[in-house]
Amino acid sequence: MKLSVDLQKRLSPNFALDVKFAIPLGVTMLFGASGSGKTTLLRCVAGLIRPDSGQIKIGDQILFDSNARVDVPVRERKLGFLFQNLALFPHLSVVKNIEYGLDGLDRTHAQQRTEDILKLFRISGVRNHKPSEISGGERQRVALARALVTDPHVLMLDEPLSALDYPTQSQIIQDLRAWNAARNVPILYVTHSQREVFALGERVIGLENGKILGQGTPQDVLETPTQESLAQLAGFENFFDATVVSISKDSGTMLCKLDGAKTEVEVPLSRVDVGSKIRVAIRAGDIIVAGEFPRALSARNIVPARMISLRREGAMVIAGIDAGRRFEVHLTPGACESLSLKPGQQVWLVTKTHSWRLVAGTMGSARSR
Amino acid sequence: MDWPAILLSLKLSSLVCGFLLLIGTPIAYWVTFSRWRWKFLVESVVALPIVLPPTVLGFYILLAIGSQSPIGRAWAAWSGHGLAFTFEGLVIASTLYSLPFMVQPMAAAFSQVNHQLIEASSVLGASKLRTFIRIILPLAMNGVITGAILTFAHTMGEFGVVLMVGGNIPGVTRTVSIAIYDQVQSLDYAAANRTALLLLLFSFAVLCVVYGLNRKSWAVWPLRR
Repeated sequence: MKLSVDLQKRLSPNFALDVKFAIPLGVTMLFGASGSGKTTLLRCVAGLIRPDSGQIKIGDQILFDSNARVDVPVRERKLGFLFQNLALFPHLSVVKNIEYGLDGLDRTHAQQRTEDILKLFRISGVRNHKPSEISGGERQRVALARALVTDPHVLMLDEPLSALDYPTQSQIIQDLRAWNAARNVPILYVTHSQREVFALGERVIGLENGKILGQGTPQDVLETPTQESLAQLAGFENFFDATVVSISKDSGTMLCKLDGAKTEVEVPLSRVDVGSKIRVAIRAGDIIVAGEFPRALSARNIVPARMISLRREGAMVIAGIDAGRRFEVHLTPGACESLSLKPGQQVWLVTKTHSWRLVAGTMGSARSR
Repeated sequence: MDWPAILLSLKLSSLVCGFLLLIGTPIAYWVTFSRWRWKFLVESVVALPIVLPPTVLGFYILLAIGSQSPIGRAWAAWSGHGLAFTFEGLVIASTLYSLPFMVQPMAAAFSQVNHQLIEASSVLGASKLRTFIRIILPLAMNGVITGAILTFAHTMGEFGVVLMVGGNIPGVTRTVSIAIYDQVQSLDYAAANRTALLLLLFSFAVLCVVYGLNRKSWAVWPLRR
């Protein structure tokens, strides 16, 4: 059963949610910065907020339709919802929390289901504890188990793992995958973490300022972002305005000059004309620094530059390098040492053509806010 | 010691407390969760007995249940006697008089319940009634108990409304506070002192329970920040 959503909701004079999408079975990540409208979207689908207009369907079952005046109450929507702060009932034990949604079932059936899910999520040992008496990871699993035990038609998770350390996160991601392998329902998973997108999602929907910016596989949306805001979230650090100098259709590349500098770089071909203004982006980790001019190299862009600053941050050195425009480059401390890099030094920046991305800027949408 | 008056006061307070638990709970729920724009009108009416002189309230209640009023006549037709200056009339008057003491602590406690828990309950398929009984009521139990205790104590100590509506009929409407008044009027200070001291100690004990309970409520919310 597919979840189709088409809804509009104005929350304030300058923020409106306006989205249209359909998600099939499996995990779809709803990805965006805070304030982009992810949680509001989830709450609209759950029925906790009434949209101004639109339609929400699971398969053929209409949950909300502003034209037909249908608005199925929250409790009849048969959804699983994991709240960001979990919303476990503090006065009920773990097992009572989980049984809470099984009210309509007969006693033995409900007990069987509860036992199964306690086992699957490895929380049988804390069954009679109150939520305040168990660890953060256990609480997360109890909340997930409580949402899943009712066999929801759609599962919605609002940043379920953001408060946990990495090993606990990946454990829970595995649990969720195991559960979904058997059930296979649409799962809408809200996050602002790239790592979760790649670890879990078969698909991702990028949301910005209440609008959908892109959707597809994590690779499509995050590795080749077409919007600057998505590119920033996906970890692209360097953005430049540029002008197309020449186009080479045969090799699928084009040459462009960074505005405000003499620097020219070769980037992947796009449907633009010579002379048009574009915006290009590259990750700080995709740039190679050479101490002297490199020869016999496959990389097409070798640009002379000057080291401005070096700053150690954890296991990484962040270098500020002037190549007509200022670039941020990430290096390992070892590489930094063997090249004996220091500020003021002459270096060369090496980039592969296909490390560059063309993005659409957010200046327009920023102004219309 | 005027035991008939004390027993009458205890009986009156228990009945009023019981009725107000039944009537006050839905009112408190409505006051907490309604989004009606004129809600403040109802809130003001509920709070009126706090600011109104008991004689004013008693006067209007007397008019409302008197033999000339529709309520008084309907009661008389059903039971064969009037409501004014009877125990039943006293129960009605005291219930109205103590309404805010039940509703306000309850409403305050209901609104303290984390709204996300209520949402979680309805997402899990629970009706509003089930959510109230399983989630809101247990988490707001302190407020309910506080309301019940305050109502009980407030009814024990009321004077003006009782005098207006009930008069001073021994064994029927002569409550503890009226008995003290009578004893002072007849210059029996020793008897008045005994009864008054009892009422004073009782009130002190009640307030100790209320404040003790509410201090504990700080430690009752393990998941709240």
